[in-house]
Amino acid sequence: MGLFSKEGTFKVLFFGFVMGVIFWGGFNTVLEMTNKEAFCISCHEMEDNVYQEYTDTIHYSNRTGVRATCPDCHVPKEWIHKIIRKIQASNELYHKLMGTIDTREKFESHRLELAKHEWARMESVNSRECRNCHDFESMDFDKQESRSSDRHEEAIDNGWSCIQCHKGIAHHLPEGYDPSDDSPSASEDEEKDE
Amino acid sequence: MFKTIKSKTLFQKSLTIFLLAMTAVMFSSAAMSVQSLRGDRPLDSKSNKVSKHKVNTEEGGYDRNYKLQPPLIPHKIEKYRITLKGNGCLKCHSKKSHKKEKAPMVGKSHFIGRDGKETKTISKRRYFCNQCHAPQTKDSPLVENVYEGI
Ligand code: HEC
Ligand code: HEC
Ligand code: HEC
Ligand code: HEC
Ligand code: HEC
Ligand code: HEC
Repeated sequence: MGLFSKEGTFKVLFFGFVMGVIFWGGFNTVLEMTNKEAFCISCHEMEDNVYQEYTDTIHYSNRTGVRATCPDCHVPKEWIHKIIRKIQASNELYHKLMGTIDTREKFESHRLELAKHEWARMESVNSRECRNCHDFESMDFDKQESRSSDRHEEAIDNGWSCIQCHKGIAHHLPEGYDPSDDSPSASEDEEKDE
Repeated sequence: MFKTIKSKTLFQKSLTIFLLAMTAVMFSSAAMSVQSLRGDRPLDSKSNKVSKHKVNTEEGGYDRNYKLQPPLIPHKIEKYRITLKGNGCLKCHSKKSHKKEKAPMVGKSHFIGRDGKETKTISKRRYFCNQCHAPQTKDSPLVENVYEGI
């Protein structure tokens, strides 16, 4: 009864199948576990800085009681994008070990860089994670302030993405970022600050 | 036996009544004069309802009542932070961005420094916007206001 007999082949295949199920299940369980807010703030780097600031904002507590948690904004929902983001996130483990941002001062001095990564990521996917919950299609512009609806109509016409205008909605903005330099405009009638 | 006790306690009885009455007066007057901010309510009951003071959005802005009045803020501001690191109001009200954001630019007076000379960026004296500008709620005034604008 060798490995290459019919029965042997079947056994190998069956064994492979069972192990596959176990690994796959385990893998997805780990993926699931690491996709909870509690996991994110298990690192004090995350809890002491960004989390504290986020609890003051509308995405933590609001009129309707719908909360957006860390992974809702930072981790893609589709499987393949999620895996890619998780692999990139192992970089965070390295910096955790190196203590790159283990004090408030270090965090603040790295903050602009971290924020820029996140802005670039969001812009590259047209703010996909925001649009998992928000959608221009389902906004009632009559119910918005005209400050909002005027800009949103412009955004639809020009294909702008949420993060281009809504930076700093969940955390404090980093030092060195000047919001007045950063509002998208269709025409080039910028007035320079001589 | 019963009778002797009774005659003895007549004095005690009236004394007790007197003392009880005194304490009752003391407590009731204390309750009237000392009152916490949550009103005259026992600690284990709910406090009086306070009105919610929701910030009002006034399309087109509020009218000004006199020359050089800092205009009232016609929109919500809790999202915009003013710190040493940055000023969230300038996202829309600065020279550079106000046209794009369709917002009024800060007044010309906001570019004059302590020495009376014009400054390039917003004057340090005008950095903390909410020192002079305030949003409004829709509450009715506690006292009637008879001031007429000029
Ligand atoms: C092991 C501790 C740890 C955990 C757990 C953790 N982080 Fe972080 N995170 C870090 C460190 C350290 C950095 C700084 C990385 C660097 O310097 O490049 C960081 C950086 C970030 C950044 C900036 C990314 C960038 O591209 O520069 C984001 C966004 C972030 N974390 C979100 C999260 C979210 C969401 C979770 C939960 C799913 C999470 N983190 C869990 C330690 C952690
Ligand atoms: C999990 C769903 C979810 C995600 C993801 C999400 N939001 Fe929200 N967002 C909400 C909810 C819920 C509210 C509050 C609605 C209310 O009660 O008025 C809100 C409110 C807002 C507001 C209004 C703020 C205010 O003060 O009125 C803005 C702006 C906003 N979100 C932008 C974003 C942007 C930009 C992103 C992506 C970075 C994003 N949201 C991601 C659910 C989400
Ligand atoms: C061109 C800039 C711009 C873009 C792009 C943009 N917004 Fe806005 N949005 C604004 C402005 C300006 C306001 C009003 C002021 C504020 O919220 O600070 C606003 C307000 C909002 C509000 C609150 C509405 C209200 O009146 O209560 C929500 C929610 C919101 N935006 C979500 C989004 C989402 C989701 C996207 C992406 C699909 C998006 N915005 C893209 C400029 C923009
Ligand atoms: C509503 C969406 C939203 C939620 C919820 C959210 N973030 Fe963020 N986060 C952002 C955006 C947008 C940025 C990019 C920087 C900015 O605009 O403030 C960012 C930036 C960051 C950064 C980079 C440092 C910085 O301040 O720029 C870290 C780290 C981070 N987030 C971690 C977290 C953690 C941990 C949580 C949960 C406690 C969380 N975020 C919840 C939207 C969100
Ligand atoms: C998202 C852009 C935006 C931000 C940020 C913003 N504003 Fe405004 N603001 C406007 C717009 C647009 C108007 C005009 C609204 C109208 O007339 O309906 C306005 C009007 C005002 C006015 C009234 C001006 C007048 O002549 O009546 C004041 C005062 C003001 N804002 C102060 C502030 C302050 C202080 C902050 C920061 C706490 C701030 N704004 C943040 C967009 C913004
Ligand atoms: C010391 C008080 C003071 C401070 C601080 C201040 N302002 Fe003003 N602001 C005024 C006065 C007074 C006026 C009306 C006279 C004028 O236009 O100069 C005014 C006018 C304005 C106007 C209307 C201008 C117009 O032409 O209609 C806006 C918008 C404004 N301020 C925004 C701001 C913002 C944003 C800040 C913070 C960066 C700020 N102000 C800080 C006093 C102040």
